[in-house]
Amino acid sequence: MHEEETNRPTHIDLAAEYEASGVAEVLRELDEELIGLAPVKQRIRETAALLLVDKARRDMGLSTETPTLHMSFTGNPGTGKTTVARMMAGLLHRLGYVRKGHLVSVTRDDLVGQYIGHTAPKTKDVLKKAMGGVLFIDEAYYLYKPDNERDYGQEAIEILLQVMENNRDDLVVIMAGYADRMDRFFSANPGFRSRIAHHIDFPDYTDDELLRISELMLSEQNYEFDAAAETAMAEYIGLRRTQPHFANARSIRNALDRARLRQANRLFSEAKGPLDAKALSTITEADLRASRVYSGGLDVDRPLQKEAAE
Amino acid sequence: MRITQGCFSFLPDLDDVQITAQVQYILDKGWAVSLEYTYDPHPRNTYWEMWGHPMFDLRDAKGAMMELDECRKAHPDAYIRIQAFDDTRGFETVQMSFIVNRPSEEPKIHMQRTDFEGRSQKYAWDCR
Repeated sequence: MHEEETNRPTHIDLAAEYEASGVAEVLRELDEELIGLAPVKQRIRETAALLLVDKARRDMGLSTETPTLHMSFTGNPGTGKTTVARMMAGLLHRLGYVRKGHLVSVTRDDLVGQYIGHTAPKTKDVLKKAMGGVLFIDEAYYLYKPDNERDYGQEAIEILLQVMENNRDDLVVIMAGYADRMDRFFSANPGFRSRIAHHIDFPDYTDDELLRISELMLSEQNYEFDAAAETAMAEYIGLRRTQPHFANARSIRNALDRARLRQANRLFSEAKGPLDAKALSTITEADLRASRVYSGGLDVDRPLQKEAAE
Repeated sequence: MRITQGCFSFLPDLDDVQITAQVQYILDKGWAVSLEYTYDPHPRNTYWEMWGHPMFDLRDAKGAMMELDECRKAHPDAYIRIQAFDDTRGFETVQMSFIVNRPSEEPKIHMQRTDFEGRSQKYAWDCR
């Protein structure tokens, strides 16, 4: 290697850069921890490639401008938007686009105040906290309420837009929400649309993916299905999907939490004598079958029933 | 007269890059940053006006620098100092304090000598 007068490299080994930046690790983590979401992973890989190339270009002095990295994540509830946002923060940090790589997750309540003059300091406080990291605004469309023109959300939007423009190299804003409402939000606030370069759509999980997710969730907590329970779970997913308030992976998480509850109850009432680790960590068919999803739906959607629990 | 106090008082004024580095040092130590300003830099005036609340949960110096810019915009001719508070002792102990803004024309410290009983003298200082 010879020294350039400007100290700028003449060649760049992208593969080596890729390994050195630790991006590979984040992408591997993304592949391992997230089931499904193929288009999202694809987009993230593309973004990572773009950033890596851009970094190389900047090292060579070919470009000086920071690319716009603000993003919007759209998709149904429980499709992993927050999880991906957290990984995104790590990814951008490794690539050197954000200095600290922390994620500040907020909703309308954290940005918009209750009375005149309350909103600006609140929004600015959040922005100050998010500097050097990623600001994740969940359900961003609540910021804009078209039916109330005196709504303070507008003030928060203006401050956000200003910071998104002026502090592009200090923070990355990720907005998330359901696809249709986000579209309406963007069409009412064209400023956002033009400042957000990356729109990533999160597809719903397939039944098969949800089953794998449920197994992953259980194994993370050292539980497992027995064979019959696994078929029951597959059936549960199919049924649950057709019922109201289906929230993809979040519904699965809730179902598993309740199954654990029933399992604990069953062990208490049935167990005689000592239990081994296997008994303590196996979810059986009976624990799942007790769910009312199998008998036609949630009580909350069928009025005039006594208990609201599933 | 160039008035100095706090850390770095023997150095020339810090520029914004240096201030950012100092603020980042403060944050990395886990201390809270706060801004204070005054138009009365008399050494006995310990209590300066607070500019907003102390910032407890920042991760990056940029957040504090944004506040500093705001403060400079509102009070271009004031003395502004950055302070770092450490709460490990259970109360906010000042760990660092340094001036980051000063007026273009600084006041003088003026000494007033007054005759007193007998031939004794009393001294007073004020900024003017």
